[in-house]
Parts: sequence; C-alpha cells; structure tokens
Amino acid sequence: MNTGRRSVWLLTAMILGYAFLYGPILSLIVYSFNESRLVTVWGGFSTKWYGELLQNQKLLDAAFLSLKIAALTATGAVVLGTLAALVLVRFGRFRGRTLFSGMVTAPLVMPEVITGLALLLLFVALEQLVGWPSGRSMTTIVLAHVTFTMAFVTVVVQSRLAQMDRSIEEAAMDLGARPFKVFMVITLPMIAPSLIAAWLLAFTLSLDDLVIASFVSGPGSTTLPMVVFSSVRLGVTPEINALATIIVALVAVGILVAARIQHRQDKQREKDMQRAYASE
Amino acid sequence: MAHSATSALMANPWNDPEAQPFIRIQGVSKSFGDYVAVNKIDLDIYQGELFSLLGGSGCGKTTLLRMLAGFETPTEGKIFIDGVDMSSIPPYERPVNMMFQSYALFPHMSVEQNVAFGLKQDGVPKKEIAERVAAILDMVQMGKFASRKPHQLSGGQRQRVALARALVKEPKVLLLDEPLGALDKKLREKTQFELVNIQERIGITFIVVTHDQEEAMTMSTRMAVMNQGMIEQVGSPVEVYEYPATRFVGEFIGSANMFEGTVVEEATDHAVVRCPELDADIFINHATNLPPGAPVVAMVRPEKMKAQVEKPESQYNYVRGVVTEIAYLGDMSIYHVRLATGMVVQISQTNLRHTAEQRLTWDDEVYLTWHPGNCVVLAQ
Amino acid sequence: MNEISTRVSSVAMTTGEQSVPESRRHRARRSLAVARSGRAGRMLVTALPYLWLVLFFLIPFAIVFKISFSESIRAIPPYAPLFEMVDDTFLQIRLNLANYMMLFEDRLYLAAYLNSIKIAAISTLVCLLIGYPMAYGIARSSKAVRNGLLMLIILPFWTSFLIRVYAWIGLLKNEGLINNFLLWLGLIDQPLPMLYTPFAVYVGIVYSYLPFMILPLYATLEKMDMSLLEAAADLGCKPFKAFLTITLPLSLPGIVAGSLLVFIPAVGEFVIPDLLGGPSTLMIGKVLWTDFFNNRDWPLASAVAVAMLVLLVVPIMLFQRYQQRAEEAKR
Repeated sequence: MNTGRRSVWLLTAMILGYAFLYGPILSLIVYSFNESRLVTVWGGFSTKWYGELLQNQKLLDAAFLSLKIAALTATGAVVLGTLAALVLVRFGRFRGRTLFSGMVTAPLVMPEVITGLALLLLFVALEQLVGWPSGRSMTTIVLAHVTFTMAFVTVVVQSRLAQMDRSIEEAAMDLGARPFKVFMVITLPMIAPSLIAAWLLAFTLSLDDLVIASFVSGPGSTTLPMVVFSSVRLGVTPEINALATIIVALVAVGILVAARIQHRQDKQREKDMQRAYASE
Repeated sequence: MAHSATSALMANPWNDPEAQPFIRIQGVSKSFGDYVAVNKIDLDIYQGELFSLLGGSGCGKTTLLRMLAGFETPTEGKIFIDGVDMSSIPPYERPVNMMFQSYALFPHMSVEQNVAFGLKQDGVPKKEIAERVAAILDMVQMGKFASRKPHQLSGGQRQRVALARALVKEPKVLLLDEPLGALDKKLREKTQFELVNIQERIGITFIVVTHDQEEAMTMSTRMAVMNQGMIEQVGSPVEVYEYPATRFVGEFIGSANMFEGTVVEEATDHAVVRCPELDADIFINHATNLPPGAPVVAMVRPEKMKAQVEKPESQYNYVRGVVTEIAYLGDMSIYHVRLATGMVVQISQTNLRHTAEQRLTWDDEVYLTWHPGNCVVLAQ
Repeated sequence: MNEISTRVSSVAMTTGEQSVPESRRHRARRSLAVARSGRAGRMLVTALPYLWLVLFFLIPFAIVFKISFSESIRAIPPYAPLFEMVDDTFLQIRLNLANYMMLFEDRLYLAAYLNSIKIAAISTLVCLLIGYPMAYGIARSSKAVRNGLLMLIILPFWTSFLIRVYAWIGLLKNEGLINNFLLWLGLIDQPLPMLYTPFAVYVGIVYSYLPFMILPLYATLEKMDMSLLEAAADLGCKPFKAFLTITLPLSLPGIVAGSLLVFIPAVGEFVIPDLLGGPSTLMIGKVLWTDFFNNRDWPLASAVAVAMLVLLVVPIMLFQRYQQRAEEAKR
C-alpha cells in the first residue's frame, strides 16, 4: 500500500479521538482512589470514598429505585418495541403507517426537555380527567421511560427482523404452524439476541435519564441521576467518582463477558462448519 | 432419461381427455402495484407428475409457486388442489409443502426437530413422530446426522434435510423452489436423479421451479416454459425441445438457428419456406397450416445440421458458408459458419474419435444440410 | 359474526366448481374463521404500540400546545383552563397569546433560541470533523481489531451520561487537571478560565454526542466496497481525489444521519449547559427548565417547547426519512 503517510495521519486522529473519549473517564477512576477531597492534590491511595458511598443511604435508596424502574421499563419497552418493530417490518402498508413510524422514530432525537414536559402535562391532565395516575410516582416515571426507550428497542429489533430470512417463517407456516405459533417458536428464538441487547439498552437509558425523570417524578421518587445531579451541581464530589468507577467497571466487565461468549460461539460455529464441509 | 422403463409405460394422464387434473390453475394473475408478475395463467397438473416451471428471473415462476403454497394471494383467478378451492385457505392449512430455495431450516433446532416440526403442528402422537422422522431421515441418508444443527451440515446435507422436512408430512403436492440452486455442479447432477427416484417411489406430485433448463429436462414429466408472467408452452421435455411452440421457447431451451422467411408453398404433406438469408429454400415434410405469404421463422437445432464439402444434390435445405469459430468442448465441438449474407449459423458435432483428422477447421468452406423433418416452422 | 361467516362460506360454495363434499365445506368455513382471526391478531399487534404512542407521545404534544395558550395562575395545576362554561350555557375559550408575545419581546428568549442553534450547529460540525477520521479508521482496520474499536466507541454510551459530563468539571476547573498540567508545562502562568464558559459547553456536547456521530458514519463506511477505491486508483485517480469523489459522496447518508442525531438533541440540551456553562451561556433547554421548575410558569415553558419543536420539525422529518430509507435498504 502506498498509503503509509495517510495511515500515520489516520492513526494519530484515532489515538487522539480515543484519548478524548477515555481521558475524562480515566481521570474519574484515578481520582476515585484519591485520599484528598480536592482534585488538585493527590493525597495518596485510598478507598475511603467507596466506603462513604456505601454509607450514603439517600444515594443507595435512589439507586435501588432506579434499578427497579429500569428493569420494569426495559421489560415494557421490549414488549411494545418488539410489537412496533413487527408491525413496521412485517405488516406492509396500512392506513396510519406513516404516523406510526413517525411516532416510533421521533423519540430517538426528541430533546428530553420537551418529552419530559409533554408527559408531565399529560399525567396532570389525565389525573384531572380520570383520576389516574394519582400524583407523580414511580409509575409515571416508568410510563415515561417506556415511551422514550421503546423507540430504541424498535430500531434494534427492526434491523434484526429485516435481516432475518423470511422464508424460515414461511417454512414454519407451510408446515402447519399458525402465525402466532410461528412467532413464538421460530421468530422469537431467532431474534432473541437482539431482544436481550434491546432490553439492556432500554435498561441503561432508563437508569441514565435525568431530565424526563425530573419532570414526571414525585416527592417520594428520587432517582439516582437526580441525586447525582443535585450533588454534582455543587461541584466535584469524590463519592460520585467512586460511583462512576463502579458503573464503568460493571459495564466493562459485562461487555467483556458478552464479547467473550460471542467470540467463543463464533469460533465453535466456524469449526462446526468446517467439519461439516470436510465430511462431505 | 431419468425415467425407468416402468414409468415410461405409465399412461400420460395429460393426453387422456377423461383424466381429472389434480391441480387446476384457472386464469390466475398476480400484480404487485403496477407490475404484473403473473398474467392470466391456466394450467392443469396431474397426480404423480414431476412438473417444472422453467423460466428466467422475473418470469413469474416463483410467484406462481408461492401462490400455490398460499404465501401470495392471486389478484385474479382460482387455484384448485384435489378439487378444493384454495382461495381462502391459509398456508398452514394447505395440503402442500414447500422446499425453499434457501432451505429455510430452523437454525435453532436440530435436524430431527426440524423434520418433526410439521408433524408436531398436526398433533401427531410422539411415538409416531419419532418413527416417521427416523424413516424419512433414513430415506434421505441423513439418519446419522439427526442431532446436528443446520450450521453443522454441508450444503448437500441441508438440502436433504429440507427435502425430508417437507416430505414427512406426506403432502398432496410438494413444491420445490430451485431445489438444487445452491449446490455445485457435480452434486447437482447427482441429486437430480435422487430427487426423481424419491418422487417415483413415493408418488407425490412435485412442482419444481427452476431457471436451469438441463435440470428441468432431466427431471420433469412435463414442464411449463414461462416468460413475462405468461406460459409460452407446456409439454414434455421432448416436445418442448423438438417442437417449441414459440420463438422464445426455441431460443430459451438449447440453441437454435432461426431463419426468418415466408411460406411460399403449402400442401397437406409438405411446405416450402423461402428465406432471403439463404441460397436454397427450406423444405418441410409436413403442413405448416399457414397460408402462403405468411411471415415465419424456420428453426433448425445445431446438432441437426450436417456439414459436408460437396454441394448437396437436393435443391432444398442447405446453406453454404465458411467456418469462422470453433469451440472444442470435449464430447463435442461447436462451429460457427458465416454465410455470404453475413449471418452466422451454429452447428455442433459429436467428437467420435480422438484425432481431429476429419473434423472441420477454420476457413473450411462447407455446406450445411438438414433433414426436412428437422426444421420447425414458427409463426411470427 | 356467525351469520357473516356462514354467508361468506355459502358464497364460496356457489362459486366453487362442483358440489363440494361435506368435509371440505366444513374445512372452508374453518379456514375463513382462521383467516379472520389472523387479521384480528394483526390488529391487536398493531393496536397495542399504536395506542400507547398516541396516548403517551402524540396527545402530550397536543396538551403542550393547548397549555401554551393558557394563563399562568397560582393554583394546582398552575394554569388557567382554556375552555370554561359560563353560566352553564356559553363555552368560553380564552386564548392567551401572551406567552408567545413574551418569546418575541423578551430578548432573553430570542438570544437563547439563536444561541442554541449556534452551539448545536458548531458542535455538530466539530463532531463530524473528529468523528469522520475515527469512523474511517475503524472501518478500514483489520477485522480482528474492528469489533474491539467499535466496542470502545459504544462503551461510554453504556455508562452514565451525567457522570461523563461531570468528569469535565474536574478537568476544566481553574484548579483542575488541564490547568494544572498547562501550568506545570509553563505554557500559562495563571489558570485559564474554562469551566462555566461557552467553550466548556462545546466540549461537553462534542464529548457526549461523538458516539452518535461515529456509529452511523461507521455503518455507511463499513458497507462501502473497497474495490471501488481500487478501481478509482486503477483508473488513475489519486487517493485524496478518490476520497473526495467516491468515499465522501457514498458516506453522505451517514454524515446526514450522524449530524441530525447530534444536532437535534443538542439544541434542546439541558444538563450540559447547566453543569458546564456559566450563567451567560443561554440555551433554550435550560430556559425551559428554569421557567418550569424555578418560575413554575407552565404555560410559558410550554410555549418555549412549542417554539423549539417548530425549529426542529424539519430536521426531525429529515431524520425519519433517512431512518426509513435505511430500513428499506436492509430488506
């Protein structure tokens, strides 16, 4: 290749890019082990902020609530988002399809302040009209989160469904399985990996959301991002560094494990296929 | 050539005016928006046939097959299978099964589970399922691969599983969409015969979609040649090859020399066609049923032509030209002979001996002749 | 229901050719019922997400629109009803345009509006400039590394957005890491004020939204057939020219998608200007937040939201067109 110079240039751009992405995260991790409260000074290695984090009952409560909300949200969003993806990929044209696909994709980019405000006003209006949901609580947060995360689920599942060989479902139907059975026995198992990915994505998005939750939460339902936000607004707090480190570690471990499993499966598959062809 | 002596003796139901067709396709059309994929097709297929739908891509053959399976609904017309109107019957209730071009094996199920799937849907008792699955896997010689997953199989093995899965339900009709399309040439040739043998053994009606004329010729009892959503001709391989009904069929199947001309003489036992391209008139030993002056195409297959150096004595059925191209294919050679008018005629000769002594060579001046029975006259 | 089914099946019978045996007639009727239940199933599958989105996405916007025309009052909820029955006979509609007047008259709103567009546009451009070489580099790297590199782009996305923004406080502060480093190098002799400036907001937005730019860019670049560039080289095209005439046009869909994915949410961004920007960094999302939470003026906040939507309608529709086309291309 005569592109040596270009490669060097590209490599530099990539190194700088990744440094930009990971520098701030690394600094958080490093300073989470800093003895001193000040960012400026390295006061020696210490895990005391992790200890304080575990003592912070308010933060732990919020974290527990957020996990609960995220799990409920992800489950609801996967159900609704998968149905929406099915409608978009499989049902062809029908009246109102344009509106439907518009409503599905819009939340992907809709600024959160707008979504949050709109949903709050809806909940207030609903409460006036039918008395439900009474007040703002975990319920309203979950409803709001399902609405904005299902768009992401739909995108993930939709692309998997579109790549799937249609004739596999047709074969099942041809062999006597009714549409519902085909979906349960053939389609679902085949798109399962994308459902898991979509669930995790919705879970993370819900866990991470500050703005929408702030609009639709009530007095008793303070989520983790809300607690983090009110404490970082006041400046740097090493406890939050410790929290960040834990989150990054969990995510990194999760991704590594997933990649490892994927890698092993791919390898096994490759071996199987080679063996199958060699046997012929 | 695939048919054993006994099956050749079998009556051909399509020649029997009394016989009831098993599958009846009546005026079926299918359009996708403005595009007409299948255009008013009428077709009868009989019990026990191995029937091919042959045509190029986009000719509507796959759409027709999918309408038989129930995956597409005809825009117009009706399909009857064994006397039952299929219009309102969904795919999962039709007495037909399909073998898909991609095989469409369920990737998350083992070979055994794949084959058992259809029987399970019908609520067949477990024990019977196990027996029937084992039997059919033995038949396609896949018994020892029963517990493998599809990705652990080679292309040929997948094809067998797909066949077993479609056959195990003992459908009235088996639909095969390019059944051999994904296999390499050697395996394809071998499998053609296996498919025919299986079909003859179990007696189920097969409808095969293929773009491969050799495949259709080898396997079919009859075939329909399709073009632009319509059927150009239905007939046995011999009929379609030797007596094409249209110019398209003549050119699509095998190669053909087409001479455009007009009928100049028409009698009950012969006809004469004059072509401006040729030095001599064409004599045909049967009536064309066309009036003198009608524009026609006279078709002569390359292998039906003989080359000789001396001028033939007959005043009919010869052309004179120079050999310009030779393609040596091993078993035979193809020669291009250029006529004085510039037209190029193709002939083929079987290479009966090792040496090239008495073969034609470049720049040879030759006369090409053919028997009066070997020319087909097609109306233009 | 039952009546219809018998009628339909009798029609099917009379149009059938010969008289149909009893068992087949029964079968035909059952099939019709099955076909209808299939249609009912489809309806149900469509209706569930459809109704959800109408209730929780479409109607809320209608309510925002409605409330943007009402008057702010001290009550729960803090807005005056738009429709009121007077003496049980007249329906009185009080349309209040004051909120929209406010948006035009108060310089704060116009400035915030324009500033948001400016900040979002510049950030999008910077994201593109940083993201393109990275996406290109990932797409051109060997298969073994590619997945790892891609994973590294996605990984920050799975960690908390809030915390990633927070990390910049520690870096940009007067006594933060960057200033300390520059002081240590001797490049500056007193800390550069960076935090609570527009610069910090740009850094925050570019940092947070960079993965959204890289991923669609990567998707289009990865799909590109490398032999196109070889063909161009073979025909005498120099690498840079080949990039401009082949790679760039072919990656245009990715550029458009990535830019919209950054621009649209960035316009309404609240967290970044709130944490990293100073009081002078006006952005419309922050203004809406303040009106809603601090001033409790719901109608005015609604009017701000409507104004923001008007601005974003065109980019959002563009994005949807792209999204649909990308989906169709996959099939």
